[in-house]
Amino acid sequence: MIRIFNLTFLVFFFLITKANSLIEIDITRGNLDPLPIAVSPLFQDDNSKKNSINELKLENVGSEISSVVENNLKISGLFNPLSKEAFLQKPDIAHLKPRFEDWALIKAQALITGKVTIENKKLKVEFRLWDILAGREMMALAFTTVPSNWRRVGHIISDKVYERLTGEKGYFDTRIIYVSEEGPKTARVKKLAIMDQDGFNTKYLTLGNELVLTPRFNPTSQMVTYLSYFKNLPRVYLLDIETGTQEVVGDFPGMTFAPRFSPDGKKIIMSFAKDGNSDIYTMDLENRVVERITNHPSIDTSPSYSPDNKFITFNSDRSGFQQIYVMKSDGSNVKRISFGKGLYGTPVWSPRGDLIAFTKLHKGKFYIGVMRTDGSGERLLTENYYQEAPSWSPNGRVLIFYRETKSNDKGEGFSAKLWSIDLTGYNERQVQTETDASDPSWSSLLSN
Amino acid sequence: MNFKKSFRNTFLVILLSLIVSACATKKTTTTVEGQMQGDVYTGTDTVKYLADGVPDRVFFATNESILTTKSRDTLRKQANWLRENSSINVVVEGHADERGTREYNLALGERRANAAKDYLITYGISADRISVISYGKERPVDSGSNPLSWSKNRRSVTVKAN
Repeated sequence: MIRIFNLTFLVFFFLITKANSLIEIDITRGNLDPLPIAVSPLFQDDNSKKNSINELKLENVGSEISSVVENNLKISGLFNPLSKEAFLQKPDIAHLKPRFEDWALIKAQALITGKVTIENKKLKVEFRLWDILAGREMMALAFTTVPSNWRRVGHIISDKVYERLTGEKGYFDTRIIYVSEEGPKTARVKKLAIMDQDGFNTKYLTLGNELVLTPRFNPTSQMVTYLSYFKNLPRVYLLDIETGTQEVVGDFPGMTFAPRFSPDGKKIIMSFAKDGNSDIYTMDLENRVVERITNHPSIDTSPSYSPDNKFITFNSDRSGFQQIYVMKSDGSNVKRISFGKGLYGTPVWSPRGDLIAFTKLHKGKFYIGVMRTDGSGERLLTENYYQEAPSWSPNGRVLIFYRETKSNDKGEGFSAKLWSIDLTGYNERQVQTETDASDPSWSSLLSN
Repeated sequence: MNFKKSFRNTFLVILLSLIVSACATKKTTTTVEGQMQGDVYTGTDTVKYLADGVPDRVFFATNESILTTKSRDTLRKQANWLRENSSINVVVEGHADERGTREYNLALGERRANAAKDYLITYGISADRISVISYGKERPVDSGSNPLSWSKNRRSVTVKAN
C-alpha cells in the first residue's frame, strides 16, 4: 500500500577519524548546557539547483537538509544549533577546510558542513563533522539515494553526528506509529497514522470506519500489531505496512487486546478476555501456535517482553489494584515489582534491558516513570492531569507518550497530544502531529 | 479454577452484604444533588429504557465491577423483560471512565459487562442470548472531566442485538 521502508542507501565513503576529540556529550545526565554546534547549509551548485527545482520543487535542497539536521539536534536537547546569520564562512569554502578561528569566534564547538548534487535523478550528499576546538575533522560520510529521500538523508546525518558525539546510536531516522483522533469526545474517530519522528510525512493507514487502538511496531518496523473493532469484534490484528495486508491474529472466541511483538519478532503477546477475566497469551506467527502464559482470575494485561525474550513484564490487579509484575516468559516465577503508593500500569521494557517505563496514577495525577526491572530505583519523570502509555526510542534515551487535557463540564477544551521526555527527566516537549494523537509507538532505527 | 471463582463470588457477596449493612448503620453518603452514592451514579440523566420501567444500564464504582443493590434491581427488571420477550437477544456493553490506562480499562469494561451478564444468567436468561463487548474508555456518554461525568461513564449498557 505505502512504500516507505524499501529505500536503500548506498554509503560509498565512510571514514571516521579516530583521533581523540575534545568534544563529547554525556547523555546520562540532564543536559542543561547543550553543545553549541554550527550547521552550515549544505552547498549546492547551480546545475543541482536547477535539478532540485525540477525534481523536488525545492529552491535549495541543501539548506533544507541542514534544517532537518538542525531541528533534530535541537529537539534532542543536547545541542544548541547556532544562528546561521552569525556564520562568517561560505558553505562551499567551509566544507573544503573551515577557518576554525571564525567558528570559534561565534562559540561553535562543532561544525557540520556538506555538499549536495542532484544528477541523473540521483541525490548525492556528503557531509563532514568538524571539531572546532581541536581544529580537525571528526567524520566524513557520503550517501547516494533518490532525491525524494532527502529528509531521510537529514535524519541519517543527524544520527551519525549524535552517535559520534555521544557514543550512542541516534534515534532520528525513525518513525512513530500512533492513533490519529478527531471529533467530539463521545464520538471520536480514530485512524492509524504513521509519520517521521519529527512530525513530517504523515500517512494514514486506516480510514476511520472502525475504532483502532494501540498500534505497535515489530522489530524491523515493517509490521504493526494493533486492536481493531472491525465488525464490532475487538481483536488483535497484524498489518504489513508496505503491502497494506491485514489479518486477524489467532482465532479467539472473545476480545483480544494490548498486543506487542516479542523482540525477535516471532510472536505476538496480548491479552484475551473471557467471561470477565483477562489473561496473557502468545501466538507464534510462524506456526500459529497459541500459548496461555498467565492463568489467574484477575485482570492481566499490557504485557511487554525483555529485549532478550527471557522475561515479560505485565499489569495485573491480582493484589486488588493495578500493579506491575515480572515473570519468566513461560509464565513462571511471577513477581510483583511495583510497591509505591498509587496504581501502576502500561509497563514497557527498555530496549537496553535495564529499566521498565510505566504509567502511575496517584491522588488524581498521572505520572510517567521508570524503575529497574526488580522494581527498585523508581523515578517519576513527569506529572500531569492525564498521560499514559510510554514507548521507548530505539536507543532507550527518550520516551514518547500521550497526554490528554481536562475538559470542562460541556466537554470543551479536550485534546490529546503526543509528548516526549528524556530518560533524565529533562527536555519535555510536544511532538507535532496533524491531528490529535494518542498511543504512540516508536520504530527501530530504519537505517541500521 | 471454578471452585476458586465461586469462592471469590461467595466472598464478594459476603463483602457486599457487609458493606450494605455498614451503610445502613452509618448513614449513606450522598453527593452532587443526590445523583451519586459514594462514587456510583444514581441519577437518570443518561438512562434509556428497553421497555417501560426497564432501564438499559447500571453503574459502577471506580475500578469496581461489583453490582450495587440498585444495579441488581435494574438487571432483574431486564431479566424479566428478556423472559417476556424471548425472541430478543442483547449485547451488554461494558465501559470505563477516562481516568485509567486504555488497556486496563478495556479489561475492566469486559469485566463489568460480564458481571451484568452473569446476573442476567442467574435470573434465568440463557447465556447464548447475551453477548458482551467492552469499549473501555472509548465511548463516554458524558464528555465532562469531573466526578459526576465519570460516574455516568462507568457503566454497562444492555442493548438489543436484533
